[in-house]
Amino acid sequence: MNLIVIFLSAALINNFILSQFLGICPFVGVSKKIDSAFSMGIAVTFVMVIAAMVTWLIYHLILVPFNLQILEYVAFILVIASLVQLVEMFIRKVSKPLYDALGIFLPLITTNCAILGLALNAVLNEYNFSETLIYSVGAGLGFTMALVIMAGIREELELAPIPKSFQGAAITMIVAGSLALAFMGFAGLI
Amino acid sequence: MKNKTAIQEFIKGLWEENPVLVSLLGLCPVLAVTVSAENGMAMGLATTFVLVSSSFLVSMFRKVIPNQVRIASYIVIIATFVTIADRFLAAFTPDISKSLGPFIPLIIVNCIILGRQEAFASKNNIGRSLLDALGMGVGFTLTLLVLSSIREISGSGTWFGIEIMWPSFSPWQVMILPPGAFLALGCMIAGANWINRRRKS
Repeated sequence: MNLIVIFLSAALINNFILSQFLGICPFVGVSKKIDSAFSMGIAVTFVMVIAAMVTWLIYHLILVPFNLQILEYVAFILVIASLVQLVEMFIRKVSKPLYDALGIFLPLITTNCAILGLALNAVLNEYNFSETLIYSVGAGLGFTMALVIMAGIREELELAPIPKSFQGAAITMIVAGSLALAFMGFAGLI
Repeated sequence: MKNKTAIQEFIKGLWEENPVLVSLLGLCPVLAVTVSAENGMAMGLATTFVLVSSSFLVSMFRKVIPNQVRIASYIVIIATFVTIADRFLAAFTPDISKSLGPFIPLIIVNCIILGRQEAFASKNNIGRSLLDALGMGVGFTLTLLVLSSIREISGSGTWFGIEIMWPSFSPWQVMILPPGAFLALGCMIAGANWINRRRKS
């Protein structure tokens, strides 16, 4: 039961993009086409789940026993950066089509604050291992959903008569604001 | 000549290459922490501190750091300064540190900082890198200050915690909730676009 609550809250109520503002850069940058938005979302979810597990293990098996919590940030970001590289090499070896689909987005994920934010949040909320896993899957799916919805709206927006000053990033922000308003409705879910 | 360009190095971050309004970098903290002017100010200053100190170090070691591992080195340097800023805020202003929450450590992945190291500090001498970093940091802080002032005044009727609206004013709750951040920033970017277009024509 607890796991379901964590999942729903990460995916909908505390949606990473629309209510926690994590991962806004890809949200603005890669949400022009539904296809690429979906690929980006899947790539982020993939790295999120692996990064959440690895950083959990590092935090609880290395940093806590040796009382090195102050190194948390440095350790996490290094782990995430090397993990992204590893995942990139692994995907290229195992599945060429997947690599071609994700290719450009993978290196970008290192500087996606959603990954580091997830790892830090899991520590902050004192989740155990299975909770961290569910939390990362939920957060990743919520991220993908927000990205795909946004891409769908932006494809329609290209035909809309938008005032000159609002074209580009400005209207994206306004649309994101309305989406965030809609997602606030999920707050009553639990 | 040199003097003049040095000043331009500083000025460009304030408006022409403003990291938030023009380059659209580092939007996550901009949206998340601007609930009150105090938070926005603290975030801006912390980011400026990290930006200036890491630009200094990166510029100093730019000939020593091998090209292949430069991004990793930059990130370690940045993460170190962020840890310092985080401990400092937690020790001296625990309230602000608490309300900024995970967004202090997330300065590490703020694209403004990594972007300036890669685009500027790794290619220029210490003095110019410092000026560039300072300009960008001040531009970032000012933008945060304006956005958080708009949100705090309209959303809770106060500015830096002081009541400034008339007594019967009923705050627009939505402005301090997540949607308000997107709406306010969208309007600010549109305003900047408008001014730039007016100045060009």
